[in-house]
Amino acid sequence: MATREFAAHESHAHAAPQGFLRKWVFSLDHKVIGLQYYFLALTAVFVGMFLSLLMRIHLIWPNVSLPLFGDIKPETYLSLLTMHGTIMVFFVLTTAPQGGFGNYFLPIQIGAADMAFPVLNMLSFWITLVGYIVMLAAFFVVGGAPLHGWTGYPPLSALPSAGPGEGLGADLWVISIALFCIGALMSALNFITTTLDMRVKGMSMMRLPLTCWAWFITAILGLLAFGVLFSAGILLLLDRNVGTSFFVPLVTVNGQLTGHKGGSPLLWQHLFWFFGHPEVYIAILPAMGLCSQLVSVFSRKPIFGYKAMVYAMLSIGLLGFMVWGHHMFMSGMSPYSAFAFSIMTMAIGVPSAIKTFNWLGTLWGGRIRFASPMLFAIGFVSLFVSGGISGPFLAQPTLDIPLHDTYFVTGHFHLIMGVASIFGIFAATYYWFPKMFGRMMDESLARWHFWFTFVGTYAIFMPMHYLGMAGHPRRYSQLTELNYLHELMPLQKFITYAAFVTIAGQFIFLFNLFWSMKAGKKASDNPWEATTLEWTTATPPPHDNFGGHTPVVYNGPYEYSVPGAPQDYVMQTDPTIVAAH
Amino acid sequence: MGLVLLIVIWLITFGSTYFFIAKTWWLPTGASAAAAGIDHHFATTYLLMGIVFVAAQVALGYFAWRYRDHGSSPPAKYSHGHNGLEIIWTVLTFILFVGLNLMSSSIWASERFRPAGPGATQVEVTGMQFAWYFRYPGTDGKFGATKPELIDPSAGGEAALGLDTTDPSSKDDIVTGTMYAPVGREVEVILRAQDVIHSFFVPAMRFKQDAVPGLAIHMHFTPIATGDYEIACAELCGLGHYKMHGMLKVVSQEEFDKWLAAREAEKQ
Repeated sequence: MATREFAAHESHAHAAPQGFLRKWVFSLDHKVIGLQYYFLALTAVFVGMFLSLLMRIHLIWPNVSLPLFGDIKPETYLSLLTMHGTIMVFFVLTTAPQGGFGNYFLPIQIGAADMAFPVLNMLSFWITLVGYIVMLAAFFVVGGAPLHGWTGYPPLSALPSAGPGEGLGADLWVISIALFCIGALMSALNFITTTLDMRVKGMSMMRLPLTCWAWFITAILGLLAFGVLFSAGILLLLDRNVGTSFFVPLVTVNGQLTGHKGGSPLLWQHLFWFFGHPEVYIAILPAMGLCSQLVSVFSRKPIFGYKAMVYAMLSIGLLGFMVWGHHMFMSGMSPYSAFAFSIMTMAIGVPSAIKTFNWLGTLWGGRIRFASPMLFAIGFVSLFVSGGISGPFLAQPTLDIPLHDTYFVTGHFHLIMGVASIFGIFAATYYWFPKMFGRMMDESLARWHFWFTFVGTYAIFMPMHYLGMAGHPRRYSQLTELNYLHELMPLQKFITYAAFVTIAGQFIFLFNLFWSMKAGKKASDNPWEATTLEWTTATPPPHDNFGGHTPVVYNGPYEYSVPGAPQDYVMQTDPTIVAAH
Repeated sequence: MGLVLLIVIWLITFGSTYFFIAKTWWLPTGASAAAAGIDHHFATTYLLMGIVFVAAQVALGYFAWRYRDHGSSPPAKYSHGHNGLEIIWTVLTFILFVGLNLMSSSIWASERFRPAGPGATQVEVTGMQFAWYFRYPGTDGKFGATKPELIDPSAGGEAALGLDTTDPSSKDDIVTGTMYAPVGREVEVILRAQDVIHSFFVPAMRFKQDAVPGLAIHMHFTPIATGDYEIACAELCGLGHYKMHGMLKVVSQEEFDKWLAAREAEKQ
């Protein structure tokens, strides 16, 4: 088995291209493609953040007119909300952890020279980029961007007459997502094949770094989920443009018959959430893998319960496909199936809790170094707990009656799927920047960035739980109409002010990123004294990753503080001390 | 750095827990028969999840400080974990999560498995961009037919629902923009939507259910206190989503009968 993998790996090595276009634009090199994905996500996250800023301003000052932007009308607010959600979920949370860091580091961490299918890899990126451009184009067409939310429930999303933005803007939105699905499917195939077939000699599955396990499982989820979303998107396009009625029953909009009949709005919800719930794990599994890695590296201790971590991620992946109905407790779906979905959802809390216990177990008895990647990893654990703890509320249909579609949900998923995952992205950036760019990021700027972001995001999203408990519905552009919302205004104001500060803090990161590329301190090959394969090669890695030689693996990925070893870490390639693991 | 982390994590934890315990913001006062049970289970979940939340965050902050590398720290423990502990916390969390779920299942069953009783007041609730309409079947106890081609929202009232006035059973149907219900008696709502999905949300009644075009969803709740209760739309339905609200007036049975009789008289 090992020899066959080894041969496969050799045959895929290719010569370094010379021209600018082949080297940096239409590159087949997984490292360049990883960076392309990363910078795509970086532009997307700033766009998404800017949209949320406009939303926060409108919520507390509904009548204010913005310079260069003009009035924010209720439909503008909903377009901002739709595009914020869609861009963040697809082009940031799905793109940076997997497409960015996964692409760059999966092959290196398993000792391969590239991904299994480099051309497919290049195509995945370019299709994703086209998808992103199509998404942004929705802002600039007649009627503007759609207002149906990132979940796009028909009939609202299927009927051009249902609101501004539901014309061409909504078509572009669907097309963009369909393109994204194609890119994600290709990428998933590539990740799965690479992990299974291209591991270097000695890199058994149980010696894989947990980052690789996370990328691998994420790819399997992507393969199963994006196909379903793609199909749903095509059906929606047909409903919108060809007059089919997959999702639209007989409806009238403002008294006018639409010509549709017999479709089922709930069918879309089933298809969408069959993708949508695994998508949550697609966003956060890579962060889980990474934080396991970082907690071990910076505690100078083996990860607590490696196998339990692997099994926990596998069971999260498996259960993740059986819980989609918990988004639909109030949808009109059978209340009996709600009961089944609820039990499965509570069960998925178990592996999530196991992971938390194991992170704490790793810290326990460690010798913790607080470098910036570790700060963000600890921040991730804290946010994961805070965002996760509200899950068991929403997972119970009984409690979903008051909480569904309120700010409680908004607070919950932002903490866990949004901010925790983004902490994973930040941690990965600070951790791997030296390997990618050959320089260190500035540590004191990184710390300021951490404190702004950690305290700031809590200040934004924790109060949303209070709003939700008080019955504040999501996706309201103004608080002016419902009387009981008036008294919640002070909390909404607090959230907006917190958002100003937190957003300002992100510019510290942006500055640090670009400044350090040019002027950061030169990095050694292994600045964090970590054990995995990317730290055995040059900085930045050569085109074929290991400069013509192929590493051989003798140890597990987390051999820290091994008694009797000359230093407190043992490289995976170190043949002298074969640890018990 | 370990100490700062401990302080910040603990401050965030205890700060946010304070507002939960002080109930500075809480569920609105319940006014339906189901509210007490739902609120009680909410509080139970709060207590148990609150303990887990505080314990995990406190441990995280404490470990960050206690096991920081301060130069003279002892080497880290070389340990790959402990199977016994893994089994213990797996079993404990499983019992906690699934147990919580089973505790609340009887409330869900009584809210959603059981149909409304025979004596319930029937109200058909229709959502459209961006208003709620309420229809009462009148003295014959039967809702008249509606036809999509008759729908005229600009005319409001019966025309907004497309009521077929040639149908004899529609003669005594009452259509209003404000919902009335007698106190202490079960209300059976029949939820419909004309255009897109809406969600009928009455926070004080602990009631929420999507109204889906093409479906007539039968649900029920029992108001137990008179008063005016706001109705909101909880499912994004278009640009006027935020202003799609209504009012539920819970009154005594006599007042309700009087109100209904007055509407019937107006109609004749």
